[in-house]
Amino acid sequence: MTIRDVAERLKLSIAAAEDHLDADVTSGYASDLLSCVMAKAQKGTIWVTLQSHPNVVAVAVLLELAGVIITEGHHPDPATIEKANAEGIPILTTPHTTFTTVARLIELGVEGVDQE
Amino acid sequence: MKRSALEITKSQELIYELKIEQVMTKEVITVTSSTLMSELKETLRLNRISGAPVLRDEQLVGIISIEDLIKALEAGEINVTVGEKMTRDVETVFDDESVVQVVTKFAQHGFGRLPVVNREGKLVGIITQGDVVRGLLRQLEVEYHEEEIHRYRASHIFEDIESDQTGLLLRYKVRPKDFIRGGEASSKLKRALERLGAKPQIVRRAGIATYEAETNLIIHATDGGEIIAEIRPERIKVSAIDNGPGIQDVERAMRPGFSTAPDWIREMGFGAGMGLNNIEVCADDMNLESKTGSGTRLEMVFNLH
Repeated sequence: MTIRDVAERLKLSIAAAEDHLDADVTSGYASDLLSCVMAKAQKGTIWVTLQSHPNVVAVAVLLELAGVIITEGHHPDPATIEKANAEGIPILTTPHTTFTTVARLIELGVEGVDQE
Repeated sequence: MKRSALEITKSQELIYELKIEQVMTKEVITVTSSTLMSELKETLRLNRISGAPVLRDEQLVGIISIEDLIKALEAGEINVTVGEKMTRDVETVFDDESVVQVVTKFAQHGFGRLPVVNREGKLVGIITQGDVVRGLLRQLEVEYHEEEIHRYRASHIFEDIESDQTGLLLRYKVRPKDFIRGGEASSKLKRALERLGAKPQIVRRAGIATYEAETNLIIHATDGGEIIAEIRPERIKVSAIDNGPGIQDVERAMRPGFSTAPDWIREMGFGAGMGLNNIEVCADDMNLESKTGSGTRLEMVFNLH
């Protein structure tokens, strides 16, 4: 499943890197603590978080994540969007909570990083 | 013996990793339920295929094979429609499923081909045993090629250069409280290591550990600091150095969950108290020295072999 499929099925808005939606989503992870993401997320993971500042992109680039979903209607800062566009990291937003978003991802068949 | 066992594991792994859409034939030759068996015969002959999905109003309604055609020929029913001779209740697979699904269905039912539909039920391709084999071979070739490139680079950087001591020094300045540029030094180092041909797993571990060290400099170091990576043929040593304030109790700082980051920084998701633990897990060797008032020096070693 690609990031584009996830965006369509969960009706997410695309905030950045519209031209990088073909990446395969291989797993999912949710946390607002960056060090936990660093420890757990894998290459190809989709990361669900409330955080919206530019370091979210730095983490996603280092881990080669498939993309980031920012929940509860938080909008990424202009600096975040600029960085995400430059690095090709898709940022998707939703008015729903992290809990609901993760539940929908699981319905779609996305598995947690600890489900391997 | 050992080698062939390894390769079997590799192709089994590939069967799970590869998606059906990566190996299926996308240009599907189809017939409709009103096509005559005599027309089907020509379609199969001209395209050198042994079966085709049957559509009615763009919807998949059945599948017809060369065996159905032979039976119809024997019975002298060459002018009946495909709709009468086809197999209904077609087994299908989804385009985003793993190739292992197809292999299982081929084995269970003895099918030679399966139509591939997307999640909206639209026919998007067809997959045969030949497609699976070709897809696997292609993927093995790609991975083999990548490994060759990797070996070539590695040998050039780390082995072909002769000196009494070969090394490459990369230095990155990190500014205090500059969260916007946080992660830049570690991203740049990660890219450099990739270009030098270090193994992906080592690049990943070095990237994560350096990010945590960089973040610590941004959050805690009064005047920021420096990240210095020293790359040698046998190992990478990354040091994060600052001039204060220093860590009061190193043992306590190493405890998972312990953090001295202020609330406004924690609200951004930093200061989980896991940074040094992540470094410890990622590095092959770690050394942290600190003196209050004079500064901190963190060394992380990643072995290349």
